[in-house]
Amino acid sequence: MIGAKMRPANRKKNSRPTKSASKSEIKRRFDMWLLQHAQAFIFSLGQYIKFPVSNLLTTAVIGISLALPASFYLLLDNVRYVSSSWDGSLQITLFLQTDVDETEASKLATSLSGKNTIDETILIKRADALSEYQKISGFAEALDTLDENPLPNVILVKPKLDGRNDTQTEDLIKELEAMPEVDSAQFDSGWIKRLLYILDIINRLIIILSTLLAVAVLLIIGNTIRLAIHNRRSEIEITKLFGGTDSFIQRPFLYSGLWYGVFGGIIAWLLITISMQLLDGPVKQLANLYSSDFELIGLGLCNSLILLGTGIALGLVGSWIAVKRHLRAIEPI
Amino acid sequence: MIRLTNVHMSYPGGNEALRNINLHIERGAMVYITGRSGAGKSTLLRLIALIDRHTRGQIIINGQNLERVRNARIPIFRRHIGFMFQDHRLLNDRTVFDNVSLPLVIAGYRHQEIRKRVQAALDKVSLLQKANSYPMALSGGEQQRVGVARAVVHRPAILLADEPTGNLDPALSWDTMKLFEQFNQVGVTVLIASHDLDMIKRMSKRIITLKMGRILTHSGTPTE
Repeated sequence: MIGAKMRPANRKKNSRPTKSASKSEIKRRFDMWLLQHAQAFIFSLGQYIKFPVSNLLTTAVIGISLALPASFYLLLDNVRYVSSSWDGSLQITLFLQTDVDETEASKLATSLSGKNTIDETILIKRADALSEYQKISGFAEALDTLDENPLPNVILVKPKLDGRNDTQTEDLIKELEAMPEVDSAQFDSGWIKRLLYILDIINRLIIILSTLLAVAVLLIIGNTIRLAIHNRRSEIEITKLFGGTDSFIQRPFLYSGLWYGVFGGIIAWLLITISMQLLDGPVKQLANLYSSDFELIGLGLCNSLILLGTGIALGLVGSWIAVKRHLRAIEPI
Repeated sequence: MIRLTNVHMSYPGGNEALRNINLHIERGAMVYITGRSGAGKSTLLRLIALIDRHTRGQIIINGQNLERVRNARIPIFRRHIGFMFQDHRLLNDRTVFDNVSLPLVIAGYRHQEIRKRVQAALDKVSLLQKANSYPMALSGGEQQRVGVARAVVHRPAILLADEPTGNLDPALSWDTMKLFEQFNQVGVTVLIASHDLDMIKRMSKRIITLKMGRILTHSGTPTE
């Protein structure tokens, strides 16, 4: 079987080929590169399956570390969504003078809605207001005893404004209050502004938390790969002795990191999706109480891919760091 | 094939393992290196395989001056060499087939080619029927033969064996040596470090005796 004498020596001569031969040489090398990647890809997956318990534990830790910041982001997304609808309904309540009757009020509402600083106006007629108040307040009988409707006509004004722009809003309120039909204008923006700033703070906190957890994932993967390198020391030595290049040796470890990232990402996705399912029912019930058809925003395709991509990137970077630090140190004895 | 000129090797810390070695081994030769423990047998093999680099002198292997082989090229250089060890150093979590195929996988051979060559190598050492066993399930002699198959499966130009029979009984040692001889007969240059003088004498090959890092004798019969 050693019939082809000195074959390696012959091959060496061929490694400096003429121009026409170099093309097939490049193709051969590319095929080999592809083949070795496929081998490392499958081998590392095999290694993963070979030790299911320890690998699953590691992956679970990675998955939870990814799921935490991702679910906070999702929560923030949902709160933002809800508050944005509030932001839109940020409205000025105009209490009209009691002597303004419904036709006048309705005229005023239409003229106001034509202004360019105002998006929309809604007129609440005093009769409607009373009946609604009777319905929800539970003072129906007490109210019945009143001779006349004590409530004024009300116009709800939705300004075309950013909720956080104070001067514009104040100018508009002053303008509205100056109108003779208007008794008073109420605009309670304080709490919405506070909410928006709180959301900003939470956003920052999530960024900090995500960074910390990303570092944790890097450390977990790095340490796992370090242990794997340590456990397969003799294999690495033999491989180096039989001419394995550094990139050949590190490839399965990098792919292991990739697998940790992929499976960690999948676990994180499952955790979030299951949690969303669990929360969906109660949230719907709560939304019903507010007569809103709000539904929880899930991860969606784009965010799912970002989650998976983050896992993969962290897996590759973590294993790359471990490989660079620990693989070079092993030399054949 | 292998030419050493005034080669010195001192390890960090000043321990001088080899002193002024001059040696020429022709292509296709089979040579024994003997001497006591610490005489420099292993060091000589390590220099030839570029596991360590010599500190002075010149080593030319297969026409390549080892000083000119950059670290990044060492893996490619080693693919022309087959290795055998006393403790066989098989990977216990892989089958005999996978162990033997390692040098071919490293060199990037295709699957069909690997299968063909591994089967041929295992057939040569009479272990074809054990291809799917794990090394732990084999006897010491069989394990060593798997090591032999792995050392030659990629058809190296040079076979380096460091005490390949150290753990074997005389009969098995003899079989292993005869196996090496067969590979040598088809053109592989074989270098065996061993202190099993009786057997070496019976093989009647060239013998290089080292003592304290120097070549003591360089002949057919070693003197101790």
